[in-house]
Amino acid sequence: MELNQLTIHELQEKIKNGQTSATQIVESVFSRIGVVEERVHSYIRLMKDQALSAAKKADEDIKIGAIKPLTGIPLALKDIVCTKGIPTTCGSHILHNFVPPYDATVVEKLRDAGAVFVGKANMDEFAMGSSTETSWFGVTRNPWDLERIPGGSSGGSATAVAADECIASIGSDTGGSIRQPAALCGVVGLKPTYGRVSRFGLIAFASSLDQIGPFTKDVEDCAIMMNVLAGYDPRESTSVQAEVPDYRQFVGKDITGWKIGIPKEYFIEGIDPEVAASVKKAIAVIEKCGGQCVDISLPHTEYCLAVYYIIAPAEASSNLARYDGVKYGLRTSEARDLLDMYKKTRTQGFGNEVKRRIMIGTYALSSGYYDAYYKKASQVRALIKQDFAEAFKKCDVILTPTTPTPAFKIGEKMDNPLQMYLSDLFTISSNLAGIPGISVPCGFTAAGLPVGVQFLAGHFEEGKLIQIASAYEKNANLAKRRPQL
Amino acid sequence: MEFETVIGLEVHAQLLTDTKIFCNCSTKFGGTPNSHACPVCLGMPGVLPVLNKKVVEYGMKMSLATNCTINKSCSFARKNYFYPDLPKGYQISQYAYPLSEHGYVFLEVDGAQKKIGITRIHMEEDAGKLLHDEHNPVSYVDLNRAGVPLIEIVSEPDMRTPTEAADYLKRLHEILVYLEICDGNMEEGSFRCDANVSIRPKGQEEFGTRAELKNMNSFRNVQRALEYEVKRQQYIVENGGKIVQETRLWDDAQGVTNSMRSKEEAHDYRYFPDPDLVPIIVDDAWIEVMRKELPELPMAKRERFVKDYQIPAYDAGVLTADKALSNYYEEVVRLCASPKAASNWVMGDVLRFLNEERRDIRNCPVTAASLAEMIRLIEDGTISGKMAKDIVEEMYKTGSAPKTIIAEKGMVQITDEGALLKTISAIIDANPNQLQDYRGGKDKLFGFFVGQVMKATQGKANPQIVNELLKKMLAG
Ligand SMILES: [Zn+2]
Repeated sequence: MELNQLTIHELQEKIKNGQTSATQIVESVFSRIGVVEERVHSYIRLMKDQALSAAKKADEDIKIGAIKPLTGIPLALKDIVCTKGIPTTCGSHILHNFVPPYDATVVEKLRDAGAVFVGKANMDEFAMGSSTETSWFGVTRNPWDLERIPGGSSGGSATAVAADECIASIGSDTGGSIRQPAALCGVVGLKPTYGRVSRFGLIAFASSLDQIGPFTKDVEDCAIMMNVLAGYDPRESTSVQAEVPDYRQFVGKDITGWKIGIPKEYFIEGIDPEVAASVKKAIAVIEKCGGQCVDISLPHTEYCLAVYYIIAPAEASSNLARYDGVKYGLRTSEARDLLDMYKKTRTQGFGNEVKRRIMIGTYALSSGYYDAYYKKASQVRALIKQDFAEAFKKCDVILTPTTPTPAFKIGEKMDNPLQMYLSDLFTISSNLAGIPGISVPCGFTAAGLPVGVQFLAGHFEEGKLIQIASAYEKNANLAKRRPQL
Repeated sequence: MEFETVIGLEVHAQLLTDTKIFCNCSTKFGGTPNSHACPVCLGMPGVLPVLNKKVVEYGMKMSLATNCTINKSCSFARKNYFYPDLPKGYQISQYAYPLSEHGYVFLEVDGAQKKIGITRIHMEEDAGKLLHDEHNPVSYVDLNRAGVPLIEIVSEPDMRTPTEAADYLKRLHEILVYLEICDGNMEEGSFRCDANVSIRPKGQEEFGTRAELKNMNSFRNVQRALEYEVKRQQYIVENGGKIVQETRLWDDAQGVTNSMRSKEEAHDYRYFPDPDLVPIIVDDAWIEVMRKELPELPMAKRERFVKDYQIPAYDAGVLTADKALSNYYEEVVRLCASPKAASNWVMGDVLRFLNEERRDIRNCPVTAASLAEMIRLIEDGTISGKMAKDIVEEMYKTGSAPKTIIAEKGMVQITDEGALLKTISAIIDANPNQLQDYRGGKDKLFGFFVGQVMKATQGKANPQIVNELLKKMLAG
């Protein structure tokens, strides 16, 4: 095995034993990037020089025995988290030249933990999309089938891990943007509880739904990443001061006697039969581990998509107002006056999907429509939250498919936004409810496309997710496969 | 037709917190453009607001001082519109759930107390400023002011004349300054006012169509603008026209209001709850802490002055209109123990000097101690009231203590009866005819003798002693 193919905990062992160095690890990652990046396009920007000097510093730390949780571990950052002095584009033309003078809190935390940043990963423009096709910097391809999409919006973060172009990565999840690409690329992806990981420095799409989380090669790595990422941040008002456990202690723990909720609304017609079959097998594995399946109902599930596509665009329409050409980013060169500058800058700077959502959101907040749309959606959102609260009285975790289908073909759904929106059908509800969710690989279709199973838990119960995901991972005995690139 | 005017005011007061409402930048006025700015108040991508608790506390103080009910829970909303001085493309304000509601203040109207309702007080952030290049078609943005905390105080449409509106404004102004939460500077924009004004036939219940007036940066301009606007609206209605709902700008130089935008052009602000901020929970204990921190407010101080110092209500009003002035006055009283004399000297001479130079009481060259000393010197007969007039002017000019001036100018009053007797005898001897007439019943000649004595002593004679001695000696 090459170094770049290993997990965080495997590399940490090697580092501790003196079998490898941070520099060797980062070099192996960049040599892999040299081979596959042209075909996959995980990255908007590589940070080779910074990575090499960070690795050098990590090696000095290693020499004196100052090994931190992520010392020498090469990570990819979704280009939605701000990096001081390094362009942060959000996949958009309008921010193609924006260089933040600050780091996101998670970037500070990861750097303090010894991580080495490989580059900024590609994404759907402003995280609006499920396929990483809306990026101004071009599409990212699924390493398992280069004709197919990797999922989105954190597509580059998922493919970078799946194609071994980094060891782990950071994504953000507003309606499934970590879990859906994790499922479609065959890696582990976790969306934490809203308020668990700081949003400071995360370029906002929909502020009440956005949450940063990790992509990893296995569940133990996910726990390691969460140990670094989680925690209160005084720079964010919605950050929650809840105790952060050592997530690693949940890895390998028994789940005997746990009640696993199977929501009938998530096992519906229209799910790809191969996906359904894989998830059924996963249920069987969980039962073998001692989990007890119980039928539950989340009665307002059918409204999730509608509620999401009012609240998220409404918040986005306001969050994206700051991109006006006045202070930073793109400014049109052909404006006659102020209004013209606004119009042309935003016309040239935003792609179609972003414009579509700004228009939907502006409409939903307009005077005369607010009550019928935004207000009503907020009320239904409270009911969706209530659904989960009721459900978790009957079960410890909920199990669902992560996505209704495996990865689809590039271009297949670009002209049909409604079809595209359906790929987040099973992931959106947890963002609306603010609860954590994890996607874990649960097999492949006959065509060799990965499938994911999703576990959901109550607020701040990421530990439970890691526990069940790790139990599943250990007992599923899935064939170890790597994409053939 | 007789019309009635209906006026409501929206007052914006900049709060005197050290730092901005959602970041740690300084709120200091002036400064190099964009030097008091950071990623948060510049509206950069990914940054988040964190509320400055002091803003809530200052808002609570104003709410308590104006009898508003503070809501147990309030929250911020986004007011969305595009303008270069608004870096995020929205202003963080309060909308559906303001800090406080249902307050009032009293005004004196035609000798009676009139209650003016306060609809609500809410917190929000200020916008930046645009600087337009005079020679090139270029504008610059200064965001030093962006994010400076404001409270907006919205009144009920309870005022019926421009004078009432100006009085109401002065009332709010003095309360804010007394609370030390706003410097009240209208020229620098830390105290601003928009007015909604309409007219209706007297006796009609429903309101007329209103115009919103902006850009009035002094009490006088508020009154002038309202007076103009009322006349304009009356003229339109009397000539069969219709008032249109619009925003109008006061033009100080021309003394007129001009249309800025019509109702059709008005923004749809698309208010919605700001998802980056959590609701503010205010419990009774917090309210009590704030209530205890409230200083004596102008109305209470006014009543106390009338009661304790036995001065007229009018004087109490003048002396308490400015907190610093009231403090000055009380210090003079404390040192001289003559409230009425103190009030006369402060309101008469001291204020006149200050007003002539548009100077603030805080920079008054006549210290409270000096003024008190001078009043004591009058009372113990060292100087006459007339001499004091000259002395106080000299005190104002030089900042010297009264005793120094008296010594320098030899202004001590002649109270020595022996010396005065000599002078009076000489004058009586020199005016036998007048003496005879006086004794024959011409009482008015008494004044003539006083005048002669004063002339002979260059005004230094103690008038009371002169009176007594003259009476005796003229009687023979
Ligand atoms: Zn700032």
